[in-house]
Amino acid sequence: MKLFTISVFSENNVGVLNQVTIIFTRRCINIESISASKTSIPGVHKFTLTAYSTREQMEKVVKQIEKRIDVIRAFLYDDDEIFYQEVALYKVPTRNLLHEQRLEEIIRRHNARILDITPEYTILEKTGHEDETVALFEQLKRYDILQFVRSGRVVVTKSPIEHVTNYIEQQARLHPEESND
Amino acid sequence: MSEKITGAQALIKSLLCEGVDLVFGYPGGAIMPVYDALYDYTDRLKHILVRHEQGATHAAQGYARATGRVGVVIVTSGPGATNVITGLSDALMDSTPMVVITGQVSSSMLGSDAFQETDVVGIVHPVTKWAVQIRRAEDIPAAVARAFYIAGNGRPGPVVLDLAKDAQVGLTEWNYRKCNYIRSYLPVPEINAGEIADAARMLDMAERPMILAGHGVLISGAEKELAEVAEKGDIPVAATLLGLSSMPSDHPLYKGMLGLHGNLGPNYNTNRADVILAVGMRFDDRVTADLSSYARSAKIIHIDIDPSEFNKNVRADLAINADAREALAMLAPRLSKKKRTAWLDSFDRCHAVEQNRVIEPEIHPSGEQMKMGEVIDKVTEAFGNMAIGVTDVGQNQMFAARYFRYRLPNSFLTSGGLGTMGFGLPAAIGAKMGCPDREVVLFVGDGGLQMTIQEFGTIMEYGTAVKIVLLNNRFLGNVRQWQQLFFNSRFSQTPMLNPDFVAIAAAYGIKGENVDSREQLAGAIARMRDSREAYLLNVSIESEDMIFPMIPLGAPVDRMMLNPDEYFSIEEL
Repeated sequence: MKLFTISVFSENNVGVLNQVTIIFTRRCINIESISASKTSIPGVHKFTLTAYSTREQMEKVVKQIEKRIDVIRAFLYDDDEIFYQEVALYKVPTRNLLHEQRLEEIIRRHNARILDITPEYTILEKTGHEDETVALFEQLKRYDILQFVRSGRVVVTKSPIEHVTNYIEQQARLHPEESND
Repeated sequence: MSEKITGAQALIKSLLCEGVDLVFGYPGGAIMPVYDALYDYTDRLKHILVRHEQGATHAAQGYARATGRVGVVIVTSGPGATNVITGLSDALMDSTPMVVITGQVSSSMLGSDAFQETDVVGIVHPVTKWAVQIRRAEDIPAAVARAFYIAGNGRPGPVVLDLAKDAQVGLTEWNYRKCNYIRSYLPVPEINAGEIADAARMLDMAERPMILAGHGVLISGAEKELAEVAEKGDIPVAATLLGLSSMPSDHPLYKGMLGLHGNLGPNYNTNRADVILAVGMRFDDRVTADLSSYARSAKIIHIDIDPSEFNKNVRADLAINADAREALAMLAPRLSKKKRTAWLDSFDRCHAVEQNRVIEPEIHPSGEQMKMGEVIDKVTEAFGNMAIGVTDVGQNQMFAARYFRYRLPNSFLTSGGLGTMGFGLPAAIGAKMGCPDREVVLFVGDGGLQMTIQEFGTIMEYGTAVKIVLLNNRFLGNVRQWQQLFFNSRFSQTPMLNPDFVAIAAAYGIKGENVDSREQLAGAIARMRDSREAYLLNVSIESEDMIFPMIPLGAPVDRMMLNPDEYFSIEEL
């Protein structure tokens, strides 16, 4: 079992996410993280999911995802095939943070940012891999973290080939009369 | 500007634009505007009022499988929609093109637990090829066009259109354009000539090649191309349950059925073959038996239109993502002409053992009571092997798969992947409505018949001349067989007290007769065959009749039981 990342490019239709997640549910695979957004291609949405499984199982999952009509393409990645980031936010009582006067050191060491400071709490932000956001979490624990939240992964590939963009452009050339926008 | 019409009218007109002339359905509150619009079109669009929505789906499946056209179902929201789930799931497993239109509450009431509201699209996603909810009348024509394109192209499957009531009553301009392209779905892959050349080379070099013909051969209409490939290379062909009738049953290269209750030759030789050409089939567990020992000495060429089938169960040495007919048409001329007498003989030697040990005692039994095999053998003969055979699920299905014979394609309709008891009767009705000029014979058990027996009403209303052979062993026979073989004959909940089936048929105006002894059988079959109306034969079958050969659960594909006590052994060859 290892962590895989799956990128799904789909048409922007209602219910696509459901169609993707039920493929995991049916095989009893837990989705570790998920993020969804528009892409730079008009009408195309991207989902990025991570899950622990075997490569064989994940290859089958990706084919099942791609089989859905509304899905344009789906890809399976190992961590070494992608650049990826997560964002974490930490809400910590300000007086605890200031008490030890180690705030500067923490910010520097973790390359974190401060989003806001109020008399009650301070919001820190950290972008990085999971182990990095967790490392900051571990450090801040002693200050009584009020809230901690982490996003799903966002991912770009290391490959020089842009499969989805190429596919969409090719389809637009072949079918100029069709507009999915 | 053209005059506006209602969404319901647009739906009916859209169906007509797709060439639909027959729909199966059942009205209800949330679909009433559609039924009201239908009232004006009954001269062009025939509606079959089934007696239960599940029956509508299986009838549409039978219609689609017999004709190759998309089956259409119209039902209401809530329970009407949930009653089609079994049929959707069955159609997805068995790649059957179907468009199911469900009514839905008004869009303003969605999510409010309104009367007969169900989250249809949410429920059906796992069991459909595509599903969408429509909330505006103007979206109906494009959605219908898309639905038919998706259902009928590529690997066919069921599609659901969930029509909110306000979309049905809303007004729209009428403008229909057939769908022939979806950006995110290219149904027919581009064939790779290099892969076909590789396949030809592998088959040429093979000493013991074998073709596994699946449902994809029938769906793509590749029967002629399949025969060409087989004849050119002198390659034996075995069919999956859904691939039956992709080759005439008397073709010299047709060697029988694969799988759990398949023929000895195909199963035994699967593990002797050196190259297997699998066409439009998905290596279902009932075909492969134990996967780890399956076809171990063979290189596998897998042709399928659905790339998700590659390496799903069995790893392909050469995966060809293509339409079966296109691929086989390209393959045939590239094959060298061969004679493989010794290899083909090995199938015939297996068949001789099976004939002697299994078939003969089944079709010419020495005991007093009738067996399923002998009844099916006599029925298929009486129809000159030209009928469409429809089955329910269980022993009746497996016996029919083994003993029913055919000369034409799409002549064997059964619920394979899902194994839906109750499929048979409505599917036979749909098949007969799709092919009124062909005889349609249903083989059904006493259990399965009672699951959808209400469709006798549909037969009565429309005078559908299906011939029903009830193989009545007063047991849930398949489960009973497993109980006897693997559960120490503890017949838990399998004996059944049955009603008078002929009397029930008579109540619906369906002719029928009881066949209690072998002497009555031939005459009864002849009367059923010659009847111009529906006809029921309630045939009393030996309760202990068991279907063999059989690969026990977990055993390799070539380890087949010939009877409860003996396995097939190589020494018999």
